[in-house]
Amino acid sequence: MVAQILFLVLTLAAIALFTVNLRKIIRNIRLGKPVDRHDQPQKRLMTMLRVAFGQSKMVVRPIPAFLHFFVYIGFVIINIEVLEIMIDGLFGTHRIFNGLGGLYNFLIGSFEILAFTVWVSCAIFLIRRNILKLKRFSGVEMKSWPKSDANYILITEILLMSAFLFMNAADAKLQLLGASHYVNAGAFPVSQYLINLLPSSESALLIVERSCWWFHIIGILAFLNYLPYSKHFHILFAFPNTYFSNLEPKGEFTNMASVTNEVKAMLDPSFVPAETEPGKFGAKDVTDLSWVNLMNAYTCTECGRCTSVCPANITGKLLSPRKIMMDTRDRITEVGQNIDKHGAEHQDGKSLLDDYISREEIWACTSCNACVEACPVNIDPLQIIMELRRFAVMEESQAPGSINAMMGNIENNQAPWKYSPADRFNWAQES
Amino acid sequence: MEFKVPTMAELMAAGEEPEILFWVGCAGSYDERAQKITRDICKILHHVGIKYAVLGTEESCTGDPAKRAGNEFLFQMQAMTNIEVLNAYNIKKIVTGCPHCFNTIKNEYPGLGGTYEVIHHTQLIQDLINEGKLKAEGGESFKGKKITYHDPCYLGRGNGIYEAPRKALEILDAQLVEMKRCKSNGLCCGAGGAQMFKEPEKGNKDINVERIEEALQTNPQVIAAGCPFCMTMLSDGIKLKDKEQEVKVMDIAEITARANGL
Repeated sequence: MVAQILFLVLTLAAIALFTVNLRKIIRNIRLGKPVDRHDQPQKRLMTMLRVAFGQSKMVVRPIPAFLHFFVYIGFVIINIEVLEIMIDGLFGTHRIFNGLGGLYNFLIGSFEILAFTVWVSCAIFLIRRNILKLKRFSGVEMKSWPKSDANYILITEILLMSAFLFMNAADAKLQLLGASHYVNAGAFPVSQYLINLLPSSESALLIVERSCWWFHIIGILAFLNYLPYSKHFHILFAFPNTYFSNLEPKGEFTNMASVTNEVKAMLDPSFVPAETEPGKFGAKDVTDLSWVNLMNAYTCTECGRCTSVCPANITGKLLSPRKIMMDTRDRITEVGQNIDKHGAEHQDGKSLLDDYISREEIWACTSCNACVEACPVNIDPLQIIMELRRFAVMEESQAPGSINAMMGNIENNQAPWKYSPADRFNWAQES
Repeated sequence: MEFKVPTMAELMAAGEEPEILFWVGCAGSYDERAQKITRDICKILHHVGIKYAVLGTEESCTGDPAKRAGNEFLFQMQAMTNIEVLNAYNIKKIVTGCPHCFNTIKNEYPGLGGTYEVIHHTQLIQDLINEGKLKAEGGESFKGKKITYHDPCYLGRGNGIYEAPRKALEILDAQLVEMKRCKSNGLCCGAGGAQMFKEPEKGNKDINVERIEEALQTNPQVIAAGCPFCMTMLSDGIKLKDKEQEVKVMDIAEITARANGL
């Protein structure tokens, strides 16, 4: 009974804490500017099913796709096991789904195999990061917390899976011993090989089984609450993020409606623009970005596929699309903390542009969309870069000199080069 | 030119309307190398007998480089002025020689009141091949030549057009080789996003050098391009590597015109 109450309290506390943090993140995302991404629900649903559920963009890199697939499937399927643990924990039962008979054995057997493949995949991931030192996982932005975050996640998953398998092994041994409460249930294709590592006395086995059970479930609850602080948040946000992703051609950039009004008024003096709130053009800080940009930032798992295909980054320039996303997340988190501490009106005098992302980074972008294409969860770093450029150019007139010259030429000569408009058709006169 | 390139103003004066407007673009109008591509596109249009016209001196920058540089004002000023001209001529269909003009007019003009059917010249060539109007006969033979195609970002990733330019090459009976980074994984030439008009940020190397090194790994005789900016960047790369004699950078339109003896 004490165990059941303790279990209930722990679970409720974990869920409550998670809810508080999740709400803060949703509040932070809502600090972004509105943008309508509720059109074409069917197409959006298909995109989510294909990209997030179907992992369609992972396959570009077969080895990590294969390993990630096991971890992903493991995560999805093992939730059924967690459901059983929850019921057992609350009602003091043991293997409540046992009534399913052969199906139950099949389920437990497949969980074991999945747990094992997750274990192996995470181990290989750790080796790739720390021993093989893949280039994709290094870079200026992958120091300190982002680096250890990834390792913590992998180690936690390995520990959770180990606990699950040892729990089963102890359970299987207790079943063999005919211990009361340990009904004959489950198939143990993996943990049967661990049985010999365990003590043979029933009391010691009980301790192992219960410790693993508690470690497993407390681990899961703790991991749930680690998510909001971690890049691992993608396991939840990948789904809404792909649902609300951009469905237009990648080459199409937004036409700013506020500008349209002003341009129409300039071209036609009789045009009366609709009342619009005065705002700034482009983005200086995260709250000038759209909520989709901010959701993107919380979804980013820092895999670096964007940066590894970025032509600027490949050729040694400062720009890293991954850093753009990480900076955006760090900054919006900071803005959120400011609100929590000092109220909504507080200004800390910092901004995304300059304090986090430098001019050199934004001007190195070729707008080639390679980062957008590469992202397995449809994040768009390019849109943030463009918004920052818009601010630099339209609010501050702070473009590089040669860009100003190009824009001057378009204004004066209707071409980015300094040629006379009268010469535009000369090509037809030559052979 | 052996024939006169018709302008919209002339056709209008004669009370006629073309089937398609050829949007030349700034590079196609002023850049010496790109002008050759422009003339080849006209030769193809003339050869197959499509009734077309250009805007001539009435054409103006689409605003693409201004938009990618962040100057939405200048972009929309250009766009709305162009849309007025296009709508005044009752234009329905446009072919462009530049993926940047193509992308801008196709995707960004409709929201500002200019909706047209827009195709890139490689798509026009693909259609003409499919219709049997272009055959790759009567001109230079590319048979067996090693050709690699560089995907322009704003045609490929930007708008998902990967097959049309390849179709135009397949008909040549040449030996087509893909670079390691091609199609949706293609590497930028380094000119997009208004980079064409500024010095690159400091790094280990220029992007076009990285790209040309990759292209040269395929040992090509021809590097095929579909964008005047890619043309400049790739040609500069070839010059830098001192490979001008062995490797030619050619636009799909040039290859097509030559193969058909135009």
